[in-house]
Amino acid sequence: MNFEYFFRLFFSGLTRGSIYALLALGYTMVYGIIKLINFAHGEIYMIGAFTALIVAGALSLTGMPALAILVLASVVALVYSSMYGYTVEKIAYKPLRQAPRLSALIVAIGMSMFLQNYLLLAQTSNFLPFPDLLPEFSLPESWGGMVNGPQFLIFVTTAIIMVALTLLIKFTRMGKSMRATSQDKVMAALLGINVNRIISYTFIIGSFTAALGGILISSYTGQINYFIGFLAGIKAFVAAVLGGIGSIPGAVLGSIVLGMAESFAAGYISSVYEDVFAFVILVLILIFKPSGLLGKPEVQKV
Amino acid sequence: MRKAIVFVVALSLVASFAMASGSGEEAPIKIGVGGAHSGDLASYGLPTVNAAELVVEMVNAEGGVLGRQIELVVEDDQCKPEVATNTAAKLVGEGVVAVIGHICSGATRAALGIYTGEEVIVISPSATNPPLTQSGEFPTFFRTIAPDDAQGQLQAQFVAEELGLTSVAVLHDGGDYGKGLADFAQIALEANYPGVEVVLYEGVTVGAVDYSAIINRVAESGAEGVIWGGYHPEASKLVGQMRSQGMDTLFVSGDGVKDQSFIDVAGADSEGVYATGPRDTSANPMDKAATEAHLAKYGETPGPFFMNGYAGTLAILNAIEAAGGDDDPAAIMAALRSENVDTPLGSISFDERGDAIGVGFAVFQVQNGQYVQLDN
Repeated sequence: MNFEYFFRLFFSGLTRGSIYALLALGYTMVYGIIKLINFAHGEIYMIGAFTALIVAGALSLTGMPALAILVLASVVALVYSSMYGYTVEKIAYKPLRQAPRLSALIVAIGMSMFLQNYLLLAQTSNFLPFPDLLPEFSLPESWGGMVNGPQFLIFVTTAIIMVALTLLIKFTRMGKSMRATSQDKVMAALLGINVNRIISYTFIIGSFTAALGGILISSYTGQINYFIGFLAGIKAFVAAVLGGIGSIPGAVLGSIVLGMAESFAAGYISSVYEDVFAFVILVLILIFKPSGLLGKPEVQKV
Repeated sequence: MRKAIVFVVALSLVASFAMASGSGEEAPIKIGVGGAHSGDLASYGLPTVNAAELVVEMVNAEGGVLGRQIELVVEDDQCKPEVATNTAAKLVGEGVVAVIGHICSGATRAALGIYTGEEVIVISPSATNPPLTQSGEFPTFFRTIAPDDAQGQLQAQFVAEELGLTSVAVLHDGGDYGKGLADFAQIALEANYPGVEVVLYEGVTVGAVDYSAIINRVAESGAEGVIWGGYHPEASKLVGQMRSQGMDTLFVSGDGVKDQSFIDVAGADSEGVYATGPRDTSANPMDKAATEAHLAKYGETPGPFFMNGYAGTLAILNAIEAAGGDDDPAAIMAALRSENVDTPLGSISFDERGDAIGVGFAVFQVQNGQYVQLDN
């Protein structure tokens, strides 16, 4: 048993899991509030990456330092993508709030295709190089070989976001309103909560984390195209279901489990079976715990 | 009565043949051109028609071959095997001595069923399926393009002889093209270079967010180099992540990576990456002249396989001249194998199996943001 190899795989699984988690948080929050699987979520991730690329490209002409470019491009991309999330909700999902859930689901899939093709036409179908925005720094010797700077940044960022979201939902007025809306929309409205505004906030927060994931992973892999959101979105959706959709710690746990499963399967068995292994785990967990790792069993109202 | 009619018809047919062979010195030499000239793949077939026309025009203007003019018979097979047999039968019926074509490997194979029995010589500019020559089933088949496994063999040879590696990892993207290329490289390594050990053979997931697990595996396997079968988006991710892990593992790939967009996307990490690709012939004066002739006649630069079709037409006309006529296929085939002919692809002849010697792939390396052909 080679421990160093084991830990390398562990950290590569953690990196993957962190990326999935940033996306899965958006799926799970939206599902928690309006019981909708927002399939356009992966596209918000992709739009975040594209916006950051465009802004960073423009800023690099001014000769600013790399760190300033990173911060400015990220801020612009995060705000812009959040606006996309907000707009998508307003024009595509809100009119269908009273419609059967299946209609909203189909609209979500349509929105995903629309955004992909819109980017394809408005930008390009080629792969584009993404600038190396993450600062390269070396970690202490004892860590050095197993995890590199960008990977470390990715999971630290995810941890911060997760803690911040948990605090937001547990301890703020907005979080309380979100929980209330999630439990019973009508009752929440009767108690004076502006349900529409709370739903908009949820979409904005979800889009924010997705775009953050887009910027981090694109900078890490160094390339983007209009299709990157699809696979990442599907994997994050699986992670959210695995952890128990609707639960925030569940989304993070599910993502880490999925990332680890893929990484260890690729490292010890074969990378051809990476996806097979991930879905076998999903099936097994759902057989024994149909509501996911941390999900609450839904009480069927008769 | 009916018998009498059949007899008369038969007699007149025989007479017409006799007349045709009697005036043989004056009759043109017929060369067929078969391939996809309509349908989805027409853009692959039409450049060869243009190439044959340009060569024949040039040769006829200079008095033809052995004093006889060349006549082209162009037939479409739409790249469909079931159409290609009819196309072949028509060309044989026209009395062609040789065919330039066909274009697609499947259609070529079907057509060869007809040509082989009739001893019609076939020179394809584009059918790359390895068994067409390697199976030995089609002795009249030649081609002016390298077979699919040539890249794998070149990669194996390059890794073993030029780079002197003793262990490599073979990675692929699981697709037809990528896995095929990786398999050919692996087979060539195992068959010809027992000194090089394939320590890892793996497929990777296309489009995954992160390849660090498979890269850790490459590092763990101790491979000195990676042979990659696949396209450039995954290649740039793999190379980028290897370099950011501090690995200086050599990276060797095929024509799916020999593309400027690989260099654009991978940036500085692409430096030193090797890729095999079709030999660059644009510096050859015949290539330049053929391109100019095409521009002058058709008003645009030539399409795919144009140079291969051009070379094939030159080779067959040269062989007919060397054999002293078009009535002995065996002599023409012997001339194809023995005579070197100058073409836009360089000076070529054919080996025993019918593959062109001197046509094929070269190794390129990224140097200062450009693919540079290595002379080896």
